[in-house]
Amino acid sequence: MASRIVSLKVNGQNEEFIVGALTSLQDILRDTLNYTSVKEGCRQGGCGSCSVIIDGELRLSCLTPVQEVDGSEVTTLEGLNQSNSIAALQQQFIDKYAAQCGFCTPGMMVAIQALLDRNPNPSRDEITEGLAGNICRCTGYLPIIKAVEGVVAEMSGASGD
Amino acid sequence: MSKLRGTGFAAVNYPTGMHLGGDPTQSLVHATTSGNFVVTMSSVDLGQGLKTILAQIAAETLGVPLDTVIVDTGDTDTGPHCTGTFASRTTHRAGNAVIMAAAEARQAMLEVAAEKLEVSVEDLETDGQGNIHVKGVEEKAISVAETAGAAHFELGKTISGRGIFLKTPSPMDPETGESDPDSTQAHACTVAEVEVDTETGNVEVLGFKSAYEVGQQVNPALVKGQIVGGAWMGMGHALQETTAPYYPAIDHAPGDFQSYVMPGAADMPSVECEVLEIASRNGPFGAKGVGEMVTNSPIPAIVNAINNALGVRITRIPVTPEVVLRALDEKAANAT
Ligand code: FES
Ligand code: FES
Repeated sequence: MASRIVSLKVNGQNEEFIVGALTSLQDILRDTLNYTSVKEGCRQGGCGSCSVIIDGELRLSCLTPVQEVDGSEVTTLEGLNQSNSIAALQQQFIDKYAAQCGFCTPGMMVAIQALLDRNPNPSRDEITEGLAGNICRCTGYLPIIKAVEGVVAEMSGASGD
Repeated sequence: MSKLRGTGFAAVNYPTGMHLGGDPTQSLVHATTSGNFVVTMSSVDLGQGLKTILAQIAAETLGVPLDTVIVDTGDTDTGPHCTGTFASRTTHRAGNAVIMAAAEARQAMLEVAAEKLEVSVEDLETDGQGNIHVKGVEEKAISVAETAGAAHFELGKTISGRGIFLKTPSPMDPETGESDPDSTQAHACTVAEVEVDTETGNVEVLGFKSAYEVGQQVNPALVKGQIVGGAWMGMGHALQETTAPYYPAIDHAPGDFQSYVMPGAADMPSVECEVLEIASRNGPFGAKGVGEMVTNSPIPAIVNAINNALGVRITRIPVTPEVVLRALDEKAANAT
């Protein structure tokens, strides 16, 4: 299978690459474009640390061949950060102590943003379902769930606790 | 076929630190030209918050604001020695080393300030806001930044300190097996409630209620973080996680996150905890280690709750659905 020219819009920037058939989006984002929020927990689809948003949908970049998403729009945590849409979530992560080692945090934030984009008022069960693909080895998840609940409460005008 | 509930509890006492030739950790503290303080360590922050804790301890001892302290744990090749981050030892060992180093640096800082103010060191105190002043006379003051500048560029002195924690090595007595490996002990008790599905063998943890006696807390939010994270880890070890499911045979050893299954966000029950503070005699400000026992007490509590629900005696972990169903089969066979 041959290399091909692929174009993507990554965090608002037009990018073009020559990539092999199975080059993963993860490798392009991390190694070529230096978006290091895209972590490498397993490269097998098991941990969620490489989560990105492709054309509005939550995807695992490690399992996504770049050739398959030719022409797509890709957003990493850096992109969400530039648009400032996750400032409230970041503050909640700080307030609820939702990060310890921080390795899972970028993937968590992308997954949470994708959840809130499709459902701005998720229930507790919908939140844990939204986090089902993301492993955290440190926090026991409860602080992360509380951070999401805090953002939801803020957005709906209630208090953050 | 039914769902059975059970309650179990477990109590642990957990040593802080261990043998290993005195279990040393060293620390160096120095002031920069601008009056910030750098604490150089080889102790590693794994996410448990060690850098925050050591900055707190250094700031308190130096008498300077927390945000002027930088903890550098950059390089174990070039930094002062640390035995490592394990055995719930680092707050205790590294904390004690930092107190010693910061106290020496504080003395050096006060000596420079005394020279500048033309008073004696004993008459000086810090306000914790970045100033040093004569006791009772707040106007007669010099800032920490000015003091550091004077030391570097005027008086030709360093503001620095050295610290070490070393426990007297205690080899095991070959006759009695006796030794004194640790420095202090923390204590915990966890009550777990579970529901066991006798058809599928699946165990759901419904809740944890725990009490942890951790000495004086240096940072209560970080202690809570350890407790909640530890409850989750305990749940994983009690019910799912193993690298050798048919130990001692190594068949079916998991090789990835699809087969090494851990509890997910949806499995996490509520974690209620009380923290009791009984200061240790030798910890920094009375602290003990909390890192590991938070995982140790939930595991036997969960297994005891399963045994309570089923009327069986399972003694190994993890208690997977297969283990539950085999225990029920054995119980039925024994009853006939
Ligand atoms: S690195 Fe992609 S899921 Fe783990
Ligand atoms: S904070 Fe360490 S893995 Fe989530």
